[in-house]
Amino acid sequence: MVERLRRAPAQYWMLVLMWIRSSLAYPASFVLMLASSMLITVMDFVAIVLMFSHIESFGGFTLGEMALLYATASMTLGVADLFTGAIERVGERIRTGTLDVYLIRPVPTFLQTAADGFALRRIGRPLQAGVVLAFALSNLQLEWTPAKVVMLVLSVITGSIIFAAIFVLGAAFQFLAIDSAELANSFTYGGQTLTQYPLSVFGKEIVRAVTFVIPLAFVNYYPVLYVLGKPAPLGLPSWIGLLSPLVAGAMVALASLAWRGGLRRYRSTGS
Amino acid sequence: MAVIELSNVSRAFTVTSRNGFRRTRREVRAVDGMSFTVEPGEVMGYIGPNGAGKSTTIKMLTGILVPSSGSIRVAGVDPSRNRLKLAKRIGVVFGQRTTLWWDLPLKDSFAVLQKMYDVPIARHRENLATFVELLDLGELLDVPVRQLSLGQRMRGDIAAALLHDPEIVYLDEPTIGLDVISKARLREFLAQVNAERRTTVILTTHDLDDIEALCSRVMVIDHGHQIYDGTLTGLRASQSAPRTLVVDLATSLPPIEIQGATVVKVDGPRQHLTFPTTTSAAPLLSQIAANYPLVDLSVAEPTIESVITQLYTPTHH
Repeated sequence: MVERLRRAPAQYWMLVLMWIRSSLAYPASFVLMLASSMLITVMDFVAIVLMFSHIESFGGFTLGEMALLYATASMTLGVADLFTGAIERVGERIRTGTLDVYLIRPVPTFLQTAADGFALRRIGRPLQAGVVLAFALSNLQLEWTPAKVVMLVLSVITGSIIFAAIFVLGAAFQFLAIDSAELANSFTYGGQTLTQYPLSVFGKEIVRAVTFVIPLAFVNYYPVLYVLGKPAPLGLPSWIGLLSPLVAGAMVALASLAWRGGLRRYRSTGS
Repeated sequence: MAVIELSNVSRAFTVTSRNGFRRTRREVRAVDGMSFTVEPGEVMGYIGPNGAGKSTTIKMLTGILVPSSGSIRVAGVDPSRNRLKLAKRIGVVFGQRTTLWWDLPLKDSFAVLQKMYDVPIARHRENLATFVELLDLGELLDVPVRQLSLGQRMRGDIAAALLHDPEIVYLDEPTIGLDVISKARLREFLAQVNAERRTTVILTTHDLDDIEALCSRVMVIDHGHQIYDGTLTGLRASQSAPRTLVVDLATSLPPIEIQGATVVKVDGPRQHLTFPTTTSAAPLLSQIAANYPLVDLSVAEPTIESVITQLYTPTHH
């Protein structure tokens, strides 16, 4: 197991390189996809800036604070999508039986499916999130403490891991229900749309759901509340954001169990 | 010691069929209580009609599918529990799907396989050089896989499956869709690999010429059960498929009437008669020569196809 983990980064990188080179076999398509992906993510934040030309604050958040929330939501989803988003293609491989090809190789199936058709254009979102983050940090007058710095950095890592775990859970679910990729997408891409806004505007029920059922609030909302010195909703303690690593750990364990279970249930196709 | 060992292995699938709004579930046993062993260096042909359970068996042997019951040992390990470890010691060729990178030149797939399987670089070069020569891949190395013809791609896939010196190779319909020349070349190559490297080969096929050319042992399965295991000669002898006598007469005549043989087809002056394998052809010939204007004749042994067709339909004899 240790040996497997030690080798994983190199193996993953090797597969990613193969897929990047594959995508460069169609250069025009690659450039167009990258441009359209950049344009979409840029417009995404422009919409929020436009909204703030009419209002002063949204759900108690100023433009700078919203930018921080947006940047962390976009960054975490972007990183998770870049490294594990392709795993949703497993549904297609299950349906056609081409997953067989991955199962006969001496490289963990998880790495092969996570790298499956690695799309470099997905780097657009983390890049855009980086720009928005710089904008947010220059806009906000925060009293930085070591705890806040750690919380912000940690939240980007653990948030990415939580989103990645949801991608994997969705992929594992496809072993049971083929072509259920959209279900997972509603929690990942949909979750990103949710988490870029102050969750309190959606009402208590939603806040409960994303705290206790699908822990999307731990991706960035609670950590950002802590960094901004705002109180947590539902009477929860303000340090609740510090639980993010635990939540991420639990999600990884769950995703790992589900993925293994899925692989053992795999039934291939008739030939 | 046996390199492959199956004992009482079954694999069931639940099949859901829909009839209007009604959904019915039923269990289908694709493989049902299969037991056999394969010795190192054997070339075993694994044949059976569509849906007999061939691919299911191969997938259990490679660890892709988990058996519903029974135990499997391949190269000393349980395939589904030690799939990654076993992967380095086996090679698999799926006739229906490629393991190569579709959009990249063939040589790139070979290069990444060297890293995946940790093949020492010197050994990799040596193997690659051998396979490039034997499979005539030289001009294809720089061609993206998607531009290769089916036969070319299959040669690439076979080289890919053998580059890491596997102890066992599973070939699932490797000659499907290939022309006669490509088939012959592939068979020759596989025979050579088996002879020089003592690689154990399990071959599923619908092409019985593959079996005749390569396999020292044949296993026939149907409905998940083993119905024959032995040599090809033994398979022929075990079945009482009739031999055929083709007789050319001087003129068109009514069907020949003699003892011990029956006319099955009249084609102008040519008549086809069948007679049991147990009967000698000589007395029949003298009977015909004595009573009819005989011009020419030939005796045909039962084809392996007809032997196997008989095996699949045991009610006919």
